[in-house]
Amino acid sequence: MIRYAIKRLLLAIPTLFVMLTAIFVLVRLVPGDAAAVILGDQASEASLRALRTTLGLDQPVYMQYLSFIGDVLTGDLGRSLSSGRSVGQEVLLVLPYTIELTLAAIVIGVALGLPLGIATAVRRNGWVDYAGRLISLVGLSFPAFVSGILLLIVFAIQLGWFPVLNSGSSGDPIERLRNLALPAFNLGIIMMAYVVRVTRSSMLGVLGEDYIRTARAKGVRPGRLVIRHALRNGLIPIITVVGLYFGTLIGNSVLTEIIFNRPGLGKLILGALNARDYTLLQGLMIIFAICVIAVNTLTDLAYGLVDPRVKYK
Amino acid sequence: MGAAVSSSPARPGGLWLAFSKNRLSWVGLALLAIIIIVAIFAPLIAPYDPLEQNIVARLEPPSAEFLLGTDSYGRDVLSRLIYGTRISLTVGFIAILIAMTIGSMIGILAGYVGGVFDQIVMGLLDVMLSFPTLLLGLMIAAMLGASLENLIIAIAITEIAPFARIARAPTISLKQRDFVEAGRALGFGPVRIMGVHILPNMISDVVVMSSLWMASAIRTEASLSFIGLGVPPPTPTWGSMIREGFENILDAWWLAVFPSLAILLTVLALNLLGDALRDAIDPKLRAE
Repeated sequence: MIRYAIKRLLLAIPTLFVMLTAIFVLVRLVPGDAAAVILGDQASEASLRALRTTLGLDQPVYMQYLSFIGDVLTGDLGRSLSSGRSVGQEVLLVLPYTIELTLAAIVIGVALGLPLGIATAVRRNGWVDYAGRLISLVGLSFPAFVSGILLLIVFAIQLGWFPVLNSGSSGDPIERLRNLALPAFNLGIIMMAYVVRVTRSSMLGVLGEDYIRTARAKGVRPGRLVIRHALRNGLIPIITVVGLYFGTLIGNSVLTEIIFNRPGLGKLILGALNARDYTLLQGLMIIFAICVIAVNTLTDLAYGLVDPRVKYK
Repeated sequence: MGAAVSSSPARPGGLWLAFSKNRLSWVGLALLAIIIIVAIFAPLIAPYDPLEQNIVARLEPPSAEFLLGTDSYGRDVLSRLIYGTRISLTVGFIAILIAMTIGSMIGILAGYVGGVFDQIVMGLLDVMLSFPTLLLGLMIAAMLGASLENLIIAIAITEIAPFARIARAPTISLKQRDFVEAGRALGFGPVRIMGVHILPNMISDVVVMSSLWMASAIRTEASLSFIGLGVPPPTPTWGSMIREGFENILDAWWLAVFPSLAILLTVLALNLLGDALRDAIDPKLRAE
């Protein structure tokens, strides 16, 4: 296991480099002079030159690349052009909100999706199966901002059960939960849709195995059969999906935070975008890239831990 | 698309049979047909000019005169919705066509060449796959600037990786088949073998998946338009209509709700169709 883990961790290093290089290239795709784009048409030549020096744009490209990689490796992600705070500080300010939201969404998604997925597999081709599949397909079809707006209109504006304007930072725990409920549910139903699909196909695969038939022949009760014998073995793909879904979850949380006016990484990206704060955008991209690689690696490691066959591949 | 799939020599009539047995696939197909007809005949169907402003009829709720109400410039929501269909389908279709072409080429090349080249390419694709589609599209669109062409480029890039993966797997099994070996023995170059012998035999797998990814492309387009990185106003797009509706959400719910339902129906139709097609080409599922 340790050898597998080391190999997997070493594999993450080239991936990270490719990702960093891609981000470097992407940021330099800004057409024309980046300094002029940031400062606008009215900027004086002196301030343009000053900004170019700050951003290192007066250096040759390979020097820019080397100092970019060097900065990232030493943990320096740059400073926000608009607030002057370091990218790390900006992220730490809003990170708790995003973590709170994504964790709540994962809990809701798994709590709703796992039982429904099992039910669709056990009652295959029955009405539960059809309903479950349709629900999950509708869930997959919703762009996060569409479902968010519909939830907002129905539950916050029409029924008034939840606040329309989210303060997010309220100290009162009940108020905080009320603020969290709709956005978490919005992300949770999309998560649920993924979990239902994977659980269904994974359980269908496992339920057809010989050892399930053996257990059934031995007289194991149906409930115990599904939970103890089938689910435990069908769980591996489900774990993977929760891991893989992380990226989608982050993407969708951007839209969800905009709709429900919650502070978080999504709002931070949008703010950086509107303010043409390219250093903040670049820093955020790097952080996302690192997060995605870390979660991928962890998912693979978890996979190896749950299924001993994996590490011999 | 149906013709391309059923004419594939590797998979005779069984595909069509498996597809047509699935009731949900017909729902998807019918929905999609209606949406395409609406897009093509938009000028004939739309009751008003989607760009015509009417100061006296601002934020009118749905009525007999304006079936889905009007927006804050007094423009007819139904007409804008109908014209918006064109943008969504055009962006989705062209982006997927580009992604399919580039992705398939990468996938076939990686699968055919194999070895270290294959490992490097697949490693890169894994990275692209794991990066959130929306964020990648958002970054590219933000860097390039908001326009129809840039939007298509950004979305096409986000969808290349899945196509490459799908194209690679059948290529690896096909290149060991006798007819490819025979072609090589006859002295055909690798380009000819990949293009003439491998591509026609795996194209159905790729085309089938394209409806699922077109759903994803349309979702990304709507999301980027909603954020403000889509086709610039006053062109009606569903995402930007929802954005405007969101700004007036407290006093004009219809502005956001109808384009939301339009996106949902379109993506659902493509997903229903794609799911049915995928199940149909999966021999494991077909056998049952």
